[in-house]
Amino acid sequence: MSNITQSLYNIRLLDELAEKKTVIHKIHPLAKVMTTGVYLIVTVSFGRYELSGLIPLIFYPIIVIALADIPVITIAKRVLLVSPLIIGIGVFNPIINQDPMIIMPWIVISSGWVSFLSLLVKGILTALAALLLISTTGITKIALALRMIWVPKIFILQFLLTYRYISVLIEEVGRILRAYSLRSPREKGIRFSNWGSLTGQLLIRTLDRAQRVYYSMCCRGFKGEYNVGRELGIQFKDFLYFSGWSVYFLIIRYFNISELIGSLMIGVGK
Amino acid sequence: MHMADALISPVVGGAMWAATAGAAAYSVKKVQADLDEKKIPLMGVMGAFVFATQMINFTIPATGSSGHIGGGLLLAIILGPYAGFLTMASILAIQALFFADGGLLALGSNIFNLGFYTCFVAYPLVYRWITSKGYSQGRLLWGSILAAVIGLQIGSFSVVLQTIISGKIELPFGTFAMLMQPIHLAIGLVEGLITATVVGFIWKARPEIVERAASGKPLGSVSLRKVVAGLAVAAIMFGGIFSWFASRHPDGLEWSMLNASGKEELNASGGIYETLASVQEKIAFLPDYGFNNQEQKVIEETKETGGFWAGIDLGTSASGLIGGLMTLLLAGITGLVIYFVKKGKRQDII
Repeated sequence: MSNITQSLYNIRLLDELAEKKTVIHKIHPLAKVMTTGVYLIVTVSFGRYELSGLIPLIFYPIIVIALADIPVITIAKRVLLVSPLIIGIGVFNPIINQDPMIIMPWIVISSGWVSFLSLLVKGILTALAALLLISTTGITKIALALRMIWVPKIFILQFLLTYRYISVLIEEVGRILRAYSLRSPREKGIRFSNWGSLTGQLLIRTLDRAQRVYYSMCCRGFKGEYNVGRELGIQFKDFLYFSGWSVYFLIIRYFNISELIGSLMIGVGK
Repeated sequence: MHMADALISPVVGGAMWAATAGAAAYSVKKVQADLDEKKIPLMGVMGAFVFATQMINFTIPATGSSGHIGGGLLLAIILGPYAGFLTMASILAIQALFFADGGLLALGSNIFNLGFYTCFVAYPLVYRWITSKGYSQGRLLWGSILAAVIGLQIGSFSVVLQTIISGKIELPFGTFAMLMQPIHLAIGLVEGLITATVVGFIWKARPEIVERAASGKPLGSVSLRKVVAGLAVAAIMFGGIFSWFASRHPDGLEWSMLNASGKEELNASGGIYETLASVQEKIAFLPDYGFNNQEQKVIEETKETGGFWAGIDLGTSASGLIGGLMTLLLAGITGLVIYFVKKGKRQDII
């Protein structure tokens, strides 16, 4: 049950955040989608042992979070739950690769730890990028951006409908599970004998619901078209947002800013 | 089994996005041709159904543990392969956006691994083949279990291949495969069993739902020839693109950097670096920071003899660490400054 409540809370929270009216929220969705794309590609293009070069990428999420009024702790909590796959697989790096790597004359760590940390940082940065995109743009505007890059309308429509009905179906599943748990105390999950009937009945109700949804859509003039309420034009500021960030990301990729700053501080590498 | 952005290289991510986009474009074409607009809400609501059902814990008999459904096979059985694939793509996109589950760059991989193999390989070749002689509870059971197991085995093997090719982890191919395949055998068995019980129930209660999708008329059936041809094209494309990059460098950006600068990594020498070097002498706050001491000499001596520290640039590592910490600090301060400036402005307005 806590899983269900958590999912609903998560979706609604991100929806509410997307409704804000900050500088970042006012940027055209396409500019934000494309910036996120460049950011992700640059982030994952760093090699296995590159760690310091990745650090300046943190400026992007920090600036976006600050400008878009995103609650830091709420987003941080979600990001810390980065894919278990990354940790599950990455944790083998320090075990398998124990070649020493000197960081300072008195600090020597194994290369495996560097590659594991690099993996974790990438995981955190990419998760942040996805969450910031949705929490500053909202799903309808992302759909609009996708439509602008010629994603077929049939896909966009069912993508939006899936999203729209998730909360309805999650609530329904929540009610079913509550009813089930009241009738079967001390059960951790659904018993095998009820697997088919419980889920199957929900499925039949869902199919009937789809029929009703279709009729209601028809009553409101649905003819298989995807209608956008208000066209959003791309302005110079949107172009500037995308190109500014992209240039910054490419500079980070080509020059190790951290090392340059470090050299300035400690006076090595002349 | 969700592939994560951090585990994937841009080339592998891009190639998988291309393969997924191809399969999705073809599915859209088929769905548009075979389907009236009535089925769009059906796909949408079914997507939400699978999303919500993924939260139900099913107690696995005789083990004490519980599992949940992925839903790819169930979608293919109820909606047909094309609509099922598109619906699965939506579910995975929403998971990537709202729960950062998988990630956006790895989304192409995830749709392919979880959607393509189930809808276009396991469903037509296994489930449909077993149920082709008519429906019975037994055939539905075996069809679902085998299809789910085979779909998940290919899917998880695909995850192993994509991760190894991306080169972000140290785990060797054999060990990784040995870890992934048995886990996904168990996951596949549970997925198949849940799907079988649900489809079995639906077939008893509303047989037309199961039979309509399988008849291939309203929602499309898969041509085996096209699937094989599609997979072959994807493999050639993937292999071609990848070997083109891999033969020189592990990823496209490094390759383009080689073209642009003649070096795989920029060592930041010349122009900007020399200017910075002259500036750094003036502003360096740790100018004599232990690198002229005895330890440095020892390390350099061993480096010359090709020993333990060979190939390690101490200066670069140290400046990387200190610079990284400084950058983090600077980024934090930037965020705080923006936050306080905005807060100040808001108070001014009030």
